[in-house]
Amino acid sequence: MSNEVYFLGTCIVDLFYPNAGLAGMQILQREGIEVIYPSGQTCCGQPAFNSGYRKETLKVARAQMKCFPKNIPIIIPSGSCAGMIKHQWPNLFKDEQDLEAAMSVVERVYEFTEFLVDRLNVKLIDLGEPTKIAIHTSCSSRNEMKVEDRIEKLISQLSSVEVLEQERKSECCGFGGTFAVKQADISGSMVNDKTSALEATNASCVISQECGCLMNIGGALQKQNSKMKSQHIAQFIWDRTNGPS
Amino acid sequence: MDQAKSLESRVGDALGNEQLQSNFRSAMDYLVEKRSEKFQDEDSLISLRDSASSIRDNSISNLPKLLVKLEESLINNNIQVHWAETDIEANNIIYQILDEANAKKVVKGKSMVTEEIELNEFLDSKNIEILETDLGEFLVQLANEKPSHIVMPAIHKSRREISKVFSDHFPDFPYTEDVDLITQQARKILRDRFREADAGISGVNFAVAETGTLCLVENEGNGRMCTTTPPLHIAVAGIEKVVESLSDLPPLLDILTKSATGQEITTYFNMISSPRRHDEKDGPLSMHVVLLDNGRSKIHQNTEMQETLKCIRCGSCINHCPVYTQLGGHAYGTVYPGPIGITLEPQQKGISMLGDLTSLCTMCGACAEVCPVQIPLPKLINRLRSETVEGDYMKQFIEGVGSQRKPMESFTWQIWKYIYGNSALYSICSAVITKLRFLAPKRIGGWSKYRVIQKPSRSSLKQLAKQAGIKNE
Repeated sequence: MSNEVYFLGTCIVDLFYPNAGLAGMQILQREGIEVIYPSGQTCCGQPAFNSGYRKETLKVARAQMKCFPKNIPIIIPSGSCAGMIKHQWPNLFKDEQDLEAAMSVVERVYEFTEFLVDRLNVKLIDLGEPTKIAIHTSCSSRNEMKVEDRIEKLISQLSSVEVLEQERKSECCGFGGTFAVKQADISGSMVNDKTSALEATNASCVISQECGCLMNIGGALQKQNSKMKSQHIAQFIWDRTNGPS
Repeated sequence: MDQAKSLESRVGDALGNEQLQSNFRSAMDYLVEKRSEKFQDEDSLISLRDSASSIRDNSISNLPKLLVKLEESLINNNIQVHWAETDIEANNIIYQILDEANAKKVVKGKSMVTEEIELNEFLDSKNIEILETDLGEFLVQLANEKPSHIVMPAIHKSRREISKVFSDHFPDFPYTEDVDLITQQARKILRDRFREADAGISGVNFAVAETGTLCLVENEGNGRMCTTTPPLHIAVAGIEKVVESLSDLPPLLDILTKSATGQEITTYFNMISSPRRHDEKDGPLSMHVVLLDNGRSKIHQNTEMQETLKCIRCGSCINHCPVYTQLGGHAYGTVYPGPIGITLEPQQKGISMLGDLTSLCTMCGACAEVCPVQIPLPKLINRLRSETVEGDYMKQFIEGVGSQRKPMESFTWQIWKYIYGNSALYSICSAVITKLRFLAPKRIGGWSKYRVIQKPSRSSLKQLAKQAGIKNE
């Protein structure tokens, strides 16, 4: 196996969670992987695709295809962006002339925690203080990518981390991309149910592999003046395993 | 169908009703739990879903052929067959049959397809008394409402609300909030109605082409009463209900009851194969089947969307839908709510009228995970969303494609396309956004009503990667 990988940071991570993206790349590097972050990358196309704008999606998706030419894995720190490429691109490109080129990207996609567990079999040594957290598995990681247990496997290696389980753990947090804007009140009601369930665990932080969910849940926790923090799994692992900064 | 109010105001009504929200939350929790108890073994669930799905694939891909066979078998069984292209046609056929038999009092078993054609309203207008005999449907009819769920029509009502409806209509019975007692009272009331009825109407769960057998899955025995006590039985079925052979039934029945109510099997499973024969002492003297199209053959023509027709109406997509759990069924304003409703209804009634229903989905995929016949609901909903705003793909199949395209929204996606489709332009924009992060709005529509808006970061990941010396190609 070549030790090179591409990192597809995703548009949300690029502008809102860049430290999580950097932490993800640093974890990979620590495992002896040579990481390439193609500077031309922008977005997988998911927001427009889920809003029904397929022609626009195709244009943006095509712009990504050129960024990942080498036949090496593409690591994505988001279940839904990985799912968009792996499971929706084949459908999106099915009647297009460049289907084959799209499929060569599709076949190389890994969600970040999936790659750490399935391909690298990473061993983590916890250097952090004892803490109690809750895990929110994104629906895309669960239902689309079917990698929801990888985040649990990684966290279970962290000896000072206690995982508390919230009620209705697998229920959607209500983000759903543009759903949160188009059906804002339903989304609001859903995220309030989610934060109530999380608060009831008394965890100090909620960890997820999905920045969309984190933006939703984290923003709602802040609005409610909650003490609970939210963090991406890559950032959480890096902070706890890289020693005091 | 309640489309008089806008979707927005129906959603507002639902979210503003705490009692309703808590009724649905606890009912859905209960149903999800019941189902999961029946599917503890993952491997057997996978193989059961595979076999149910392939049976339904076979039904749908051979639909025309199987319908011809079904008609032939039904006629052989002395069951009269009627084809209805639309809801109006179906109602007229049913009325004509009733009228010829001079039937004035009709009892009906639970049937969503008769909700779809609004048969009760139609027969009311013809002065034919039609009585729902499923307890939930009976309550909904008494309350002058519509079902809020396809399997549990009165699930939106709390025990107290049910007791009130019942005691308002039947003051002779002592008031009780004990559901078992209410059920006993309803039994007493309904028993006489079955005896007096001139005709019984039922739905159909599966229609077996090979043998001309109509199957009815139920728990209360009212379905059996409706189909055996009155002298005339009319069954109404969507054309997609056909299955090829008797051997298709065990897996379908097995997964239907477990998925719907978490039951190993329902209390009653009726297999109806003819009216009363010469040597028999009971059963209806004559039997009719009305096979309803109502947009189904149009759905069938589209190879991507025809999977919609595989549905066996278990309701488990509804039970697992987080949006339905928040809203309940009435907010959809349609006969079929939840994931299957927002997939089926816009195809039947057109995008102009119901395209906005496709917004009632977070694409979480919980529905597809539990669908007993593996309908890829999020994929179909996503396709329909694209038909609401683009729609040169399905013009010939669905009315109103592209009609929901809104200028501002469309403009936003054009801008998005130019920025995200051009990496140089995107780099400039992201650099500007990170520099001007202090300008991030404090309010963005409904988003900030429930959340604090997160400001863009000081540096983009692209900038951080560069600083960290990470290769960029």
